[in-house]
Amino acid sequence: MRMPKFRGVKRWGTIISALLLSSILLAACGETSPSILNPQGPVASKEAGLFWFILVVATIVFVAVESVLIYSIVRFRERPNMPNPRQLHGNNTIELIWTIVPSLFLFAVLIGTIYTMFNLNSISGQGRIIDIKVVAHQWWWEFDYTNDNIVTADELVVPVGTVIRTTLASSNVIHSFWIPQITGKTDVVPGRANEKLFRADTPGTYLGICTEYCGLQHANMRFQLVVLPQASYVSWLHNQQSAAQTPTDPNATAGMKLFQGSCVACHGIVGVNLQPGGQQLTAQYGGGSATTLKGPNLTHFATRTTIAGLVLTWNPQSCVVGTDSSGKPAIQNPAACGLYKWLRDPQAVKPGNDMQIGKLSDTQIAQLIAYLESLQ
Amino acid sequence: MATRTIGESIRLTKRRKSFSESYIGEWIMTIDHKKLGIMYMVTAFFFFLVGGTEALLVRTQLAVPDGKVLTAEIYNQLFTMHGTTMIFLFVMPMLTGFGNYVVPLMIGARDMAFPRMNAFGYWVVLFGGLFLSASFLFGQAPNAGWFNYAPLNELTTGCGATAVSCTTGLNTDFWALGILMLGVSSIAGSLNFVVTILKMRAPGMTINRMPLFTWMTLITAFLLLFSLPSVTAASILLLLDRHIGTHFYQAGAGGDPLLWQHLFWSFGHPEVYILILPAFGMISEILPVFSRKPIFGYTFIAWSGVAIGFLSFTVWAHHMFAVGLPMVAQAFFATSTTLIAIPTAVKIFNWIATIYGGKVRFTASMMFAVGFIAMFLIGGLNGAALAVVPFDYQVTDTYFVISHLHYVLFGGTVFAVFGGIFYWFPKISGRLLNERLGKWQFWLMLVGVNLTFFPMHILGLLGMPRRVYTYAGNLGWNELNLLSTIGAFIIAVSIMVFVWNFIVTLRSGEKAGDDPWDAYTLEWDTSSPPKAYNFEVIPTVRSRRPFYDKKNPDIADWKTATH
Repeated sequence: MRMPKFRGVKRWGTIISALLLSSILLAACGETSPSILNPQGPVASKEAGLFWFILVVATIVFVAVESVLIYSIVRFRERPNMPNPRQLHGNNTIELIWTIVPSLFLFAVLIGTIYTMFNLNSISGQGRIIDIKVVAHQWWWEFDYTNDNIVTADELVVPVGTVIRTTLASSNVIHSFWIPQITGKTDVVPGRANEKLFRADTPGTYLGICTEYCGLQHANMRFQLVVLPQASYVSWLHNQQSAAQTPTDPNATAGMKLFQGSCVACHGIVGVNLQPGGQQLTAQYGGGSATTLKGPNLTHFATRTTIAGLVLTWNPQSCVVGTDSSGKPAIQNPAACGLYKWLRDPQAVKPGNDMQIGKLSDTQIAQLIAYLESLQ
Repeated sequence: MATRTIGESIRLTKRRKSFSESYIGEWIMTIDHKKLGIMYMVTAFFFFLVGGTEALLVRTQLAVPDGKVLTAEIYNQLFTMHGTTMIFLFVMPMLTGFGNYVVPLMIGARDMAFPRMNAFGYWVVLFGGLFLSASFLFGQAPNAGWFNYAPLNELTTGCGATAVSCTTGLNTDFWALGILMLGVSSIAGSLNFVVTILKMRAPGMTINRMPLFTWMTLITAFLLLFSLPSVTAASILLLLDRHIGTHFYQAGAGGDPLLWQHLFWSFGHPEVYILILPAFGMISEILPVFSRKPIFGYTFIAWSGVAIGFLSFTVWAHHMFAVGLPMVAQAFFATSTTLIAIPTAVKIFNWIATIYGGKVRFTASMMFAVGFIAMFLIGGLNGAALAVVPFDYQVTDTYFVISHLHYVLFGGTVFAVFGGIFYWFPKISGRLLNERLGKWQFWLMLVGVNLTFFPMHILGLLGMPRRVYTYAGNLGWNELNLLSTIGAFIIAVSIMVFVWNFIVTLRSGEKAGDDPWDAYTLEWDTSSPPKAYNFEVIPTVRSRRPFYDKKNPDIADWKTATH
């Protein structure tokens, strides 16, 4: 009866330790994951550093306590003719020791905690600090470059090595702003302007995730942090600050007409329905009730690579506008075109989102896509 | 009486049985603490199956990326109801049930102090639970998470800074009204426990001689009395906001959504100790009996429970590190959270010391108790990690937190509950649960729990947020999620083993006798199951192990021990 139990204890110990080991390897090496253990900026690095520290402390405690536990149940298992044990009620010295020892461990961790907390925001970087107002909507992110008069959605573009100071505002419920490889979370609370400083040290693309449950499509509220080399950032910024070009292609021109006819109710394009610097987000969510455009600013839509809170990707190569059998414009391969799926039926792609549109014909969709592609 | 004729007597015996004497009536009309305890436990177990089914649906949806099993709306209702059901309708009534059944017996009382209020509390839980679950019939189950944050829980108008729709429909009304009802029941139950434990102990049973399960039940009752007003107020303000047009939680109109969080968590954190302290108590009863030793450091276990109770009111904002509180406030809550870990550690050491040097009998109950220590330790360690504020910024609201809370509540409370069921079932039913099936259940559950919840640590570190109904396939989360879902189904199998064991035992289980474990406390010093009046003669108590003293008069504790 007894032996199988101890084999079981060993097996269980093996499972736990195997899981523990594989966990650390996986988490550290997960290249495609937004892993907090693969930090690319000073804030996330400090946070990850603390993790390794706690992991060491916790592992020591875990191994020590579980060993004593397993030793006790193996060593003191009931055997035939075993006498009754001594009826020991306690020992104050031992109690004192094991109150003080874990306290020392815990306070060591606490000191590390408090030290890191107060140093988390002391970061410096190249050039001036860039101020960005982040506005969380249900369920997408909008970025207002306060001093540069541009507004983007879904993609937060920043230069490498520069301190970014974000001010977090919500247009509705509580959200949480998180870029695992760059910085931990700060909640986006209506009526409050929380600040979050960070710096990204490696050019690349990083996943940003909303981590406070915010309703139906909470799962689909992501964004991309695009970190560009300084020079590329400057040229990106200049391009973003220009007004949208009026298209020359006939399909795109037809698409622009369609856009002006109805989409402008919610979407803004500088040069079409907005003046440069015309969409002032900053004033809107400070507690006032100014009416605003409900949807993302699309002035330079074609420079983005994702749409709809990263539910779909946007790639002009897979959205080539050709003609159908009757000679009308149509998307050549609609199944591969994310934007086509979106314009066909946004509620099917992301149920419950604010984009309520009538049914568009394939021709209209092709014309709109041609126009949006021209918004470089 | 003496003048009654024979004829009258015959008429009396032929009288139709009144409703309260029929089998069903006996249960419905009962005010006996033992029957009510059983009803609490059976009801709680029913809701455990409901909440478990909800969890299985959630895990099925997440087994593979882009899961298509559930819609977003259904998923959100299911995870909300899973949390709400498990906390308010499984763990709380289950622990109340144990308290109801065991505490009066342990302290040598004939019933609870207020038997009728006891029955009232039970019926409110039952109907409150049915009311909450009935929301599924309307397709409008609560869907804003078990902590139901403002302003997501508000109605359409005036929500947030601008009028953007939040939760419309009855979902949140079901939640708020259900919580109010369950709160009424908990207050009734807690008052009853406090008075019973303070006033109805057998002669000689001083506070310092009470069994530790009684101690922990007493502390839990005080925690409930002091924490429930906060969530009650929060829910009432919410209902006013939703239906009367007030703006307590609406930033745009001068309210503050964080008010909800403060009110909720100043209930919510004592609440997590309400869910675990009675489990600590059960472990402190089971370990000594199966180690053949008294509990090690009785005073330290009891008073560390009191310390946890007090400190639990000072740590609530550690649920709110990411909301942007001032740094000094965050440092305070990090410190108080560190402090509360100390009495918890002390308890674990005392339990291990109880086993150490003993003569350990591996019954199913003991295995669950040892499993509790092993699993709760993991939950304690990753909980202490969450008090490391900058690390918390990274892992709060990710699967790391899900892992932590399930190691504490499943690895902790549920293991203790099964330990308690295997321990007290013979007293309650007069029959021993099948040990072989019990051990199968234990090993399946141990493997299942670790397979389900350990990978969640890693998922959190890999950036997976909680409460998402879908995730993309290219983020490195696929294998771990699948593993977790497999683990959840293994847990489900282990629960089925228990249900089978339960049925088989009731039909043909081995007779238990009055004292199958050679136990130490008074509940074993009466018949199994006990008569309605519990004890023929109220026992007199001279030490912490009165029944041990009675069985071993020569080496009784009151002769040899120094307390």
